Amino acid sequence: MALPFARATANGGAKAMNGDLDPLTEYLLRLGDNSLILGHRVSEWCGHGPVLEEDIALSNIALDLIGQATLWLGHAGTIEGAGRSADDLAYKRDVLDWRNCLLVEQPNGDFAVTIARQFLFDCHHHALLEALTGSLEADVAAIAAKALKEVTYHRRHSGEWLIRLGDGTEESHHRMQTAVDALWGYTHELFEADETDRAVAERGIGVDPAGLKPAWDAAVAPVLGEAGLRRPDDAWSVRGGRQGAHSEHLGYILAEMQFLPRAYPDARW
Amino acid sequence: MTRGAGPAETVANDPGASAERLAALWNLLDEVCDPEIPGLSIRDLGVLRDVAADGATVTVTITPTYSGCPAMTFIEMNIRDVLLRAGVKAVDVRTVLAPAWTTDWLTDAGREKLRELGIAPPQGRATGKAALFGADPEVPCPRCGSHDTRPISAFGSTACKALHHCDSCLEPFDYFKCI
Repeated sequence: MALPFARATANGGAKAMNGDLDPLTEYLLRLGDNSLILGHRVSEWCGHGPVLEEDIALSNIALDLIGQATLWLGHAGTIEGAGRSADDLAYKRDVLDWRNCLLVEQPNGDFAVTIARQFLFDCHHHALLEALTGSLEADVAAIAAKALKEVTYHRRHSGEWLIRLGDGTEESHHRMQTAVDALWGYTHELFEADETDRAVAERGIGVDPAGLKPAWDAAVAPVLGEAGLRRPDDAWSVRGGRQGAHSEHLGYILAEMQFLPRAYPDARW
Repeated sequence: MTRGAGPAETVANDPGASAERLAALWNLLDEVCDPEIPGLSIRDLGVLRDVAADGATVTVTITPTYSGCPAMTFIEMNIRDVLLRAGVKAVDVRTVLAPAWTTDWLTDAGREKLRELGIAPPQGRATGKAALFGADPEVPCPRCGSHDTRPISAFGSTACKALHHCDSCLEPFDYFKCI
């Protein structure tokens, strides 16, 4: 099938950049980067929502995600022990040092793409946070428990839109199906374990992402069904974001997000 | 803020953490309001978790309502302001995440204040998952009391509120949603 978005490029240099971080710091960066990049993407809708209520809803969701990112990245800095704050990690890392999955950095597209991206991620996010509330690391469990309450509302919101648009007009159905098809190949990465995942899972701090797949399927399938949308075939997939190999889109996000602190180092307001 | 020398002296200089001193500190902190819901104090909200006094230092523990609540910095500043004005020498404000804040901690006084402000207080308990997964709760209109209301959006003017509409008096209203 045709891919509307650029595929991630394989990047041999990514691994080296990442080699020195301990697995927990690395894991926390993944959690924080997912929330921050998706939060930034969703915030791009602020002032452009299709209706006022949705503009407000998307801004609220973005705010929740950016708040969660502050907590995860703050904790990552503490665990790393090198004196980096949440702001340092958000504003002073370049593309190869980011650990978010490819799904969250994909462009907003039309409203259907934004909703599909949100729903596919929310279902994963919810299952992940629910599992992390049982983390043996108290701060991980605390942040997860807090974020889970917020993400429960996110998942419900995106799911309702998916049903409304999928089961709406011919045009909305077509757009919703196209969006789900276009993003499906980015979801496989969410359930693939690597050394980092295995290291934190063994310590009872993190979870093996493969174990989240049944919960994700159980959340996604009924909503797709109610929306009258076809579950895409697993015909293609891309991966690499969690190891630092990103699509071209992340660089543009960082250019906008990091401009001010890079142009005016240590500016405060 | 006008404050008599009496209570401020007591709060500032009583060396031990006597019950009276702690009660006075809690009362003082009841003046600190959520900047997004003026009139509702951090004590009413359940954001104020603990107050401890050790000699000249007063330690205040707070918890955010939502992860991205933009009011937290402001609340922390106001806590320092109120205590320092009352003569406390050193203020330590700590933020804790666990246990996660819940609307169940809203005091009865807080719920009544919300209603007076035209904001429907949370219905039912957040600990029951029905509030999050199930059907929308029935929310009486804070203006006319009618139960003939419907949700417009789960996300309202601030992170903690949803938008509802009363089909009886035809007014839209904020609902402080269960979390």
